Amino acid sequence: MTNTSQDALPITVRNVTKTYGKVFALDDVSLDVKSGEFLTLLGPSGSGKTTLLMVLAGFTRPDQGSLKFGDAEMIRKPPHLRDVGMVFQNYALFPHMTVAGNVAYPLRLRKVAKAEMDARVEKALETVQLGGFGDRQIDQLSGGQKQRVALARSIVFEPRILLMDEPLSALDKKLRDRMQIELRHLHEQLGMTTVYVTHDQREALTMSDRIAVVNFGRIMQLATPQQLYEQPENKFVADFIGDSTFLDVTRDGDALVAAGVALKTTRPIPDTPELSLMLRPERVSLLDGDAGGSNVFDATVTELVYQGESFLLYARLADGTELAVRGAMRAGTFQTLPGVGDTVKLTLDPADTVIIAGGET
Amino acid sequence: MAVTDNNAGGLRRDERMERWKLFGLSSPALLIVLVILVIPTGWLFYVSFIGADGSFSMENYERMIKRKSYARIFQTTFEVSLLTTGLCILIGYPLAYFMSQLPTRWANLCLITVLLPFWTSLLVRTYAWLVLLQKRGLVNDWAIGLGLWDEPIKMVHNLTGTLIGMVHIMLPFLILPVYGAMRAIDRDYMKAASNLGASPSRAFWTVFLPLSTPGLFAGALMVFILCLGFFVTPAVLGGGKVILVSMKIVSNIELFVNWGAASALGVVLLVLTVAVLWIASRFIRLEQMTGGGGH
Repeated sequence: MTNTSQDALPITVRNVTKTYGKVFALDDVSLDVKSGEFLTLLGPSGSGKTTLLMVLAGFTRPDQGSLKFGDAEMIRKPPHLRDVGMVFQNYALFPHMTVAGNVAYPLRLRKVAKAEMDARVEKALETVQLGGFGDRQIDQLSGGQKQRVALARSIVFEPRILLMDEPLSALDKKLRDRMQIELRHLHEQLGMTTVYVTHDQREALTMSDRIAVVNFGRIMQLATPQQLYEQPENKFVADFIGDSTFLDVTRDGDALVAAGVALKTTRPIPDTPELSLMLRPERVSLLDGDAGGSNVFDATVTELVYQGESFLLYARLADGTELAVRGAMRAGTFQTLPGVGDTVKLTLDPADTVIIAGGET
Repeated sequence: MAVTDNNAGGLRRDERMERWKLFGLSSPALLIVLVILVIPTGWLFYVSFIGADGSFSMENYERMIKRKSYARIFQTTFEVSLLTTGLCILIGYPLAYFMSQLPTRWANLCLITVLLPFWTSLLVRTYAWLVLLQKRGLVNDWAIGLGLWDEPIKMVHNLTGTLIGMVHIMLPFLILPVYGAMRAIDRDYMKAASNLGASPSRAFWTVFLPLSTPGLFAGALMVFILCLGFFVTPAVLGGGKVILVSMKIVSNIELFVNWGAASALGVVLLVLTVAVLWIASRFIRLEQMTGGGGH
C-alpha cells in the first residue's frame, strides 16, 4: 500500500447521507478538503461531526454518497484498506503491547523489514518527543504521553490523510493548550491532509486552516477561522462561535435600525428579509462621559464581574435585551467602572457592526 | 490546661481500639474458616498416616507408589481433565465471542441460557445424558433414523460419555470468565487495529485474542481444577470403565472401609491441585478466576 509519492491527498465528499431511523446524522453533506489542509469539523455533540469522521475512516457505512481520496473512490472500501491514520478520543492503545509494539503495529502489518521498522518507530517517537520510550508499558504513561504515542502510531506508516477524533479532550487545560500548538507544528512538518473533530471552538480557531461548523447533520459554514468569527453566515454559527447577543434589525428605507438606533456599518449586509445585529462582548465598549461615537445604545448596568485579566459588565437596553461588555483591565480600571444601576452609553465601531441573516437556520 | 503531647497519646489509643474492634468483627468469619476448612483438612492429613492396624504408618502412601493401578488412575484423571478443558475451550470460546458481539440485551438472554443448567440438579442432568446416549436412546435412534450410522453406537459407560457429560457440566465455568474478559475489551481497539491496516482476522489474532487470554486462562484453570476432583458425572457416565481419583476414594471407603487409604488419595489430589494452581499463578493473576481485578 505504500505510495511512492509522499504528497498529501485531497478529500472529496459528495452528497453523503446517513440516517438512524428517521434522524439524519448526515444530511446530504458535500465537502472538499484541500490537499495538505488542516480542516476542523466543529459542532455540538450530536451534530454529526463524528459520524462524518467515521464515514471518512470507514467505520460508519452511509446510506448514499461518494467519498474520494485523490481520484480513488473509497466509500465502499473497508477501513483496513483505506490507509488513513487516525487518533482516537480514548487513544485506543493496545494494552498488551509496549509503546514500540504499538507504534510498530502498522509497520508489521505492512511487512516492513525489522531494521527499517525499528528506525521508523524510533523516528516517529522522536517526532512526538518520546524518543527512548519504546520499552515502556502503556499503563506506565501519563495521559499526555499516551496521546503522543497514539499520534506516533497514526503517522508512522506515513498515511497521506490523518483523522483525529477529539484527541485532546481528555487532557487538562494547560497540556491541551500546549498540544494544540504542537499538533499545529507537526502538521506543518508532515503536511498530511488532516481532518480534526472537536466541540471546542477555541481549539478549532487555534489550529485550523479552515473550519466546517456542523449541526443537524449539515455544514452550516465552511470558512477560515477569521472569516468564521468576523463574518458568520448565519445565526447558528454566530451563536456557536464566541458569546454573542443578537438584536433584531429593521429596514427603514435605506437605513437599518436596531433597538431604536440607526446603525452605521462598513460591513456587507446580507440580502435577506430578516436581519440581526451581532454583538460580541469584547467589541462593545463603554462610552466615556460626553464623547461622541457611532452606534450608541443607552443601557442600565445589571451586573459587574471581576475576572482577573478582564471585566464583564452586563447591561440592559431600553427594550429589555441584556448584553455583555468585556474590557481589558489594568490596575485601578475596576474602580473607575460604573456600578450596578448606573446608566451607561455603549458604543460599537462601524467596523465591528456585523449584520447577519436573521431568523433561525 | 495546655495539652502537652498535642493529643498524640489519645490518638494512638483510638487507633489501637479501632484495630481491636476490627479484629473482633472479623473473628466469626475466621472461626468458620477454622472449623470447616483448617480442622477437616488437618484431620484428613492425620487420617492418611493411620495404617490398617490403627497405628501411625506410611503404608497408605507406599501402596500408591508400589501399585501401578494408582499411577494409571492419576494419569487418567489428568488426561480426562485436560481433554474436558480442551473441548470446553473449543466450544466455549467461540460461543463467548459470539455473545460478546451481541447487543447487551441479546447477550444477557444468551447468558441466562448458559446459566440455566446451573439451576437444575447435576444428577438429573447427568442421568438425562445417560438416557439420551444409551444404545436405544434418543441420539442413536435419531442418528439411525437419519441414516448417519446403521448400528447403535456405544456412547455411555466409556470415555465418550464421560467427556460429553463433563464438558456439558463444565462449559459455563469456562464461558463466564471468557465472556467477562471479552466484554471488557474496548471496541475501539478493534477499530484502531483495522484503521492501522489489519484485516478482520488479523485484528482478531493480534489484538482480540491476546486481550481475551487472561479470561481464557482463568476459565480453563477453573474447569481443569474442578475436573480433577469431579465425581458424580464421570461415575455415572463412565460406568466403571473410566476410573478417576475421586472414584477410587469412594471405593476405598464404600468397598474396603479403608479411611486411611482414601485420605491419602485425597491428600495427594489436594497437593497436585495446589501444584497446578501454583504453576498457573506464575503465568496469570489468580484473582481473575474469582472475577476480581485485572483487565
